[in-house]
Amino acid sequence: MRTIDMSKQFVVFELGKEDYGIDILSVKTIEKMTNITRVPKTASYIKGVINLRGEIVPIIDLREKLNIEKKEYNDNTRIIIVHLNDMDVGLIVDSATQVIEIDNDMIEEPPESLNIGDQNVIYGIGKINDKIITILDVEKLLTA
Amino acid sequence: MDINQYLEIFIEEAHEHLQNLNQNLLNLENNPNDLLVLNEVFRSAHTLKGMAGTMGFDTILNLTHDMENVLDAVRNGKISINPGILDVLFECLDFLEESINYIAENGKESSNNADILKKKLLNIINTDSVADNQNSQNQSGESLNDFQFNQYDENISEKAISQGMKVYKIEVVLNKDCMLKSARAFVVFKSIEKYAEIFKSYPAPEDIEDERFDNKFRIAIITSESKERIKKDIESISEIENVIIEEYHISDKVQPILSQEVAVALESKEENEEIEEHHTKRKVGKTVRVDINRLDNLMNLVSELIIIKTRLEDIDSDSKSQNMAEAVEYLERITTNLHDAVMKVRMVPIERVFNRFPRMVRDLSRELGKDIQLNISGEETELDRTVIDEIGDPLIHLIRNAIDHGIENKNERIKNNKNSVGNIFLRAYQDGNSVVIEVEDDGKGIDIEKIKKKAVENNILSKSDVEGLSEKEAIDLLFSPGFSTADTISDISGRGVGLDVVKTKIESLGGTVGVETVTNKGSKFIIRLPLTLAIIQALLVVVGNEKYAIPLNSIKEITSIEKDSIRNVQGQEVILYRNSVLPIIRLAEVLDVETSVVKDEEEITVVVVKKGNKNTGLIVDGLIGQQEIVIKSLGKYLAGIKDIAGATILGDGQVALIIDTNTIV
Repeated sequence: MRTIDMSKQFVVFELGKEDYGIDILSVKTIEKMTNITRVPKTASYIKGVINLRGEIVPIIDLREKLNIEKKEYNDNTRIIIVHLNDMDVGLIVDSATQVIEIDNDMIEEPPESLNIGDQNVIYGIGKINDKIITILDVEKLLTA
Repeated sequence: MDINQYLEIFIEEAHEHLQNLNQNLLNLENNPNDLLVLNEVFRSAHTLKGMAGTMGFDTILNLTHDMENVLDAVRNGKISINPGILDVLFECLDFLEESINYIAENGKESSNNADILKKKLLNIINTDSVADNQNSQNQSGESLNDFQFNQYDENISEKAISQGMKVYKIEVVLNKDCMLKSARAFVVFKSIEKYAEIFKSYPAPEDIEDERFDNKFRIAIITSESKERIKKDIESISEIENVIIEEYHISDKVQPILSQEVAVALESKEENEEIEEHHTKRKVGKTVRVDINRLDNLMNLVSELIIIKTRLEDIDSDSKSQNMAEAVEYLERITTNLHDAVMKVRMVPIERVFNRFPRMVRDLSRELGKDIQLNISGEETELDRTVIDEIGDPLIHLIRNAIDHGIENKNERIKNNKNSVGNIFLRAYQDGNSVVIEVEDDGKGIDIEKIKKKAVENNILSKSDVEGLSEKEAIDLLFSPGFSTADTISDISGRGVGLDVVKTKIESLGGTVGVETVTNKGSKFIIRLPLTLAIIQALLVVVGNEKYAIPLNSIKEITSIEKDSIRNVQGQEVILYRNSVLPIIRLAEVLDVETSVVKDEEEITVVVVKKGNKNTGLIVDGLIGQQEIVIKSLGKYLAGIKDIAGATILGDGQVALIIDTNTIV
């Protein structure tokens, strides 16, 4: 049995050729790419901070965080602002495509052999219409 | 009625009254005969009682009522203040504080009851006033002089007399074996009310109703009837043992007989005009209570306004319109004033925090058997409300340390030719853009050798490391986590959750802590806090293609130097500047800016920043100028990044980081 309670709606975004999803309840807004101010002495995947309507929000490059090959930002690049434990963090993704609904029983435990960065940031693998969506655990993503 | 909306007000006000009570009881301890202070105590207790009654907090209501009885007995000279009474009253205050804190957290009264305290209070009245009681009972045949009128009663009486009515004071003594005293009293009231108006009674009517009186009560009435008629009327009621009636004359107003204590109090009042003045000053001005969140919101809006103003200024410098320039200038003046005004609204005198310390020092010094005098100055110094809320705990810590570790035992003090009374000085004052708070004691000072020894024992440093420590570095060890020099762990301090917590807290408020100590003369902790938290003046600088802000209050000067004048002393770059050696730091290197071009230039711009007495030069690529900036936190996710104190939003919407000059140098 799953111990974490998740809604069935997920924001789906792309990194490379793969589709990823995160719980819609943790998503605050989705922004277009904007100027990022570098913050020295931080991990390389932390790209810096942005001004989000008067608030300072730190930005993570999700490709780098998940050890996926780098890619130039373009017009499709989006920043997904997630809100968790009283803090806002932006995640840079290739593009945010849609919001979809996945039944809990269509989500499988991540296979042991799965090989992208930190295993434990993956909540599960969702299947819908032959598509495979890697669902990320936002809390672990931000604390790992 | 929904009580909840009043709960916050109740709690806030209750805290104020408790504070007031604490302070005044302390005053009373020092001047037991000061009637003014006693009245103040009485008033606070009374208000608290009323408030608790309205809110339906019965335990508080009953306890304050009993406290009031004791205070009243003191006021009427039936008992005199002694340390025993004060201790019980202080205990009551502690109980009340606990109860109110409980209410604050849970929204209802705790089930703790105050029976023990109530019994203690009752004992005071019964034992201490037994002698007087008998006296007064013997005398009761003669005089009602101790049944005194207050200003209000006097006004009523005067008015009545001027209209040709008469004012009587009546004492009715019931039979000792009277069963239904309140019923009997009720009959008396009823029969008198037929032709007279009762305007005062002692005890209060509700107390008489609840049978909370001995076997006698007193009333004051206005009537046109004769003394004899009233006396006859009352005596005709059964179970009445004795009735005394006295006519009140206006001349009674200058009370001819005062109990000795009151006389003394009056005397001391004349002698001490100063104290008198202090008391009258207590009257508070007109105020509005505002939720701090609303002020925060207002502050945020002002911050936004300042950001947009800066943006307008940028646009303005591109355009050539005269009108625009004037308008922007005007806007700038208004925003600056608005900012000042909002900041002022948020300012609270530090008195709020200092107030609780006299009591704490008294209790702790008693507990430890030390004689300690707390000297407070500068309590009117104002600080931002958020700082005030946070600064209490660190100060408590420092004062506890001073009492426990700093001040020596009496014997030791005498042995060292010191006054047996130890002193703790608590000072606050404004110094430029910051507020300084000092906690100083005249105790034994900090034992450097002991710190070093402990550091080795606790495996914080190795023996050889300790050898090389300077005095200052050794003192800094005090601020490392888990460090305690106490040999034994006491209730008061020495558990090692210590000065590091103080330091962290102060630094989180953007302040610094320093220590000065002299063996056998004492030690002094100096806390320096920024006056405002949110908006500061800063110098914007360019490093590579990035912009950074340096707080203006940490900048000493800006200068430019020749590239060739940089020397290298043991791996540290320095320049000779104004005849002294100035260490320099290349910001581009510290902040890993790759795009910096400064290396190739002949002229180098150096911003000289100060930290304490130490100056350091920061090499930058260029200067943008001075600007008012709004400090924003980088948030939890990026918490604890070295060298960066926060971020700010520039006029063009870009984010610039603020350099933490305290850690970078």
